[in-house]
Amino acid sequence: MSSGLRMEETELRLGLPGGGGGGGGGGGEVESGKNSGKRGFVEIVDLKLQLQTPVGVQEAAAEAAEKVKRSPNDDSIVSCGSDPEKPSPPKAQVVGWPPVRSFRKNILSVHSEKGRKEEGEKSSSLAALVKVSMDGAPYLRKVDLKTHRSYQELFVALQKMFDSFTTGDYGSQGMSGRDFMNERKVKDLLHGSEYVPTYEDKDGDWMLVGDVPWEMFVASCKRLSIMKGSEAIGLAPRAMEKCKNKC
Amino acid sequence: MTEDCDGEEKDEETRRWSPGQGGSSSSSSRGGGSGTSASSPFKNRCVRGRVDQPPPFSGQVLENVLENVLQFLPCRRDRNASSLVCRSWYRAEARTRLELFIGNCYAVSPARALGRFRCARALVLKGRPRFADFNLVPVGWGARFSPWVAAMAAAYPWLERVCLKRMTVSDADLALLARSFSSFRDLTLICCDGFGTPGLAAVAELCRNLRVLDLIENDVEDEDEEVVDWISRFPETDTRLESLSFECVNCPVNFAALEALVARSPSLRRLRVNQHVSVGQLRCLMVRAPQLTHLGSGSFETVPVADGAAELDVAELESSFVASKSLVCLSGFRMVAPEYLPAIYPVCAGLVSLNLSYAMTTAEQLKPVILRCHNLQTFWVLDTVGDEGLRAAAKTCKHLRELRVFPFEATEDSESAVSDAGLVAISEGCQKLRSILYFCQRMTNAAVVTMSKNCQDLVVFRLCIMGRHRPDHITGEPMDEGFGAIVMNCKKLTRLAVSGLLTDKVFEYIAKYGKLVRTLSVAFAGNSDLSLRYVLEGCHKLQKLEIRDSPFGDAGLLSGIHHYYNMRFLWMNSCKLSLRGCKEVAQRLPRLVVEVFGDQNKELDGDAVEKLYLYRSLVGPRDDVPSFVKIL
Repeated sequence: MSSGLRMEETELRLGLPGGGGGGGGGGGEVESGKNSGKRGFVEIVDLKLQLQTPVGVQEAAAEAAEKVKRSPNDDSIVSCGSDPEKPSPPKAQVVGWPPVRSFRKNILSVHSEKGRKEEGEKSSSLAALVKVSMDGAPYLRKVDLKTHRSYQELFVALQKMFDSFTTGDYGSQGMSGRDFMNERKVKDLLHGSEYVPTYEDKDGDWMLVGDVPWEMFVASCKRLSIMKGSEAIGLAPRAMEKCKNKC
Repeated sequence: MTEDCDGEEKDEETRRWSPGQGGSSSSSSRGGGSGTSASSPFKNRCVRGRVDQPPPFSGQVLENVLENVLQFLPCRRDRNASSLVCRSWYRAEARTRLELFIGNCYAVSPARALGRFRCARALVLKGRPRFADFNLVPVGWGARFSPWVAAMAAAYPWLERVCLKRMTVSDADLALLARSFSSFRDLTLICCDGFGTPGLAAVAELCRNLRVLDLIENDVEDEDEEVVDWISRFPETDTRLESLSFECVNCPVNFAALEALVARSPSLRRLRVNQHVSVGQLRCLMVRAPQLTHLGSGSFETVPVADGAAELDVAELESSFVASKSLVCLSGFRMVAPEYLPAIYPVCAGLVSLNLSYAMTTAEQLKPVILRCHNLQTFWVLDTVGDEGLRAAAKTCKHLRELRVFPFEATEDSESAVSDAGLVAISEGCQKLRSILYFCQRMTNAAVVTMSKNCQDLVVFRLCIMGRHRPDHITGEPMDEGFGAIVMNCKKLTRLAVSGLLTDKVFEYIAKYGKLVRTLSVAFAGNSDLSLRYVLEGCHKLQKLEIRDSPFGDAGLLSGIHHYYNMRFLWMNSCKLSLRGCKEVAQRLPRLVVEVFGDQNKELDGDAVEKLYLYRSLVGPRDDVPSFVKIL
């Protein structure tokens, strides 16, 4: 990571998405610590289509944000197209859009990371597919980390993915998207439930998900594994130490 | 398998007879005067199980003659038609069909397909719907090759060719394939998954007559510990390899073994290596195989560690290309170092196909290359070349048939260097264009209309304006008129993909003018059910319809009831469908398999249907349905 770590980055803040929670790596070149404030989340709600449910957006956190703060703004949709000079606010990434195969996305993202590293910039939001395995699940899944902008969104997606395999342990406290706004509940999720999300980083170490800033996680995560809580004990202290060493 | 599958029930009896000695390699030996042979299948069939009188002797002769004639009919649509003439023709056609094309693996079971076509030597099988490529079909949905290979191992000992697309193929499947068919020669896997290097090793080792091993855009998974040196497993003797493509195999290959393999494969014409082959190594391969016609260049840059020796001189590389006089197709260029690109100048004039779509070439880097490619017919490129690069292509490539412009940054809000200007330039320069796939961020109706008028030979038109609901960037209008002009003016159009801001109007145009359209892809388009109704009522040849994120509901869905049996499939996700509507379709069309599934397993709480995939099938609901899929 080119920029230095600041303490506030390691703090799991849970304002509205885009308001600092996780740093918002999904939209593109957001600088660390920059508070983009009012992110154009309303673009997701496609009022022209007058849909009841938001179109194609996977992250439940996005839905929660709408429910909390829904300010219909037709102009945002027209302005994107008719005024090409003004860059439109970055939209939430939708699954599988634009329709480019992962094979191609992955190859090009390698290019881009290579190029960006040479220039000292952060990598832009191209695909970062990682395998997700879960104890007891019959087959692996895959998740594109770049379609999420924060840990909250990732957890929701993981929960949805593996809901059939758990009996609802992983979020059985009846958490809705809105609950992810509550910091305490998220920590409870991490430390209280039976399943614990862990990841293997570039060095081959297994770490607890959530310990490092979101962008650092996306850049270093090679694979995810949702372990039973008992197996994950002992990871936390090492993870913290490692993070300290890097700081 | 036939697209039109009537008449299946009546011929259960034909399944009971045994084929003639299926091991014969040419079908002519079956026809010629075998009517009197005691082991002739015709006689067996005559005696058994028929209510009416056995056909007269002349009938048998007629069938023999028919078989001899039908063997000259390769096109499957013609064969489908001929099989419907009468029972006799049906039987003769079934015995002489050599290639089995199954566009949807769940439309028919292995037993039925293999039972009808006893003598096929080649299988083309397609599995998952295309939107699976974009992560819209959950992993584990299905399309496994296992039941097919198991059935074929028993029924088709003479099998020669297999081509699979979007199927899950395991290492065990590949091993079984390799063991079971002694004449096996061609294996092509496209967008498949589930296998790794162990499976490839089995194929290399056991398929002694292998001619083609083409692995195209597959998801080849290997745990680091399990990587097998499959290249070394090819037999030590000269091989019959004609084509070897392994760009998608991500692990490094044993280069010494690869070089030796190429050296002992005198028939090798097509070689596409992966990105772990450096440009220096590529040169060695080209020296070993100067007769190559298709070359996939791997990385096209020097890998400092692997090469060891000094960097390759451009002139040396160029000399290899000079020596490869037969090259007509170039691809690869995964990490192309721009200084090496000029090395390909000597072959440009002969190139028919050039794929630079993994290389971040700028317009300046492209121009000297493309200006030499007078004979180019297929060109795949990244949008990094910009409108200017496309103009250069338009200036030179007068024979261009297929163009694909991919986005370097495939996100909605990326900057793209290509726009309506590039499209217009191409349409003016390349009037023989038949197929185009164009990703961009800015487009105008005028540009699309211009293309529709200049390129009347268009068969495939796929335009992807990456920002959702983007209107014409100059007029602010929806893109209806542009796409409308395409369907109106391009009278040969069979495949269409639409994007941008679109109202119901565009679908009215498509229904009215797109009478030959077979495949239609829709995303974030339309205002109401009218759109879907227009298309389903108007596009009589529609076979494949894939829709995402569009406001179409049950009324639209139900308007296609009269047509779904004529289609291969309908896919809809994130629309406004409800369980009630989908159930009604399932109920009214018993031969349709209606699958609903969602992102989460509890999606059937509400009535809303997140994903719908329906297709006709001869065998009813499949037996390998995962827990997150419900068949109505």
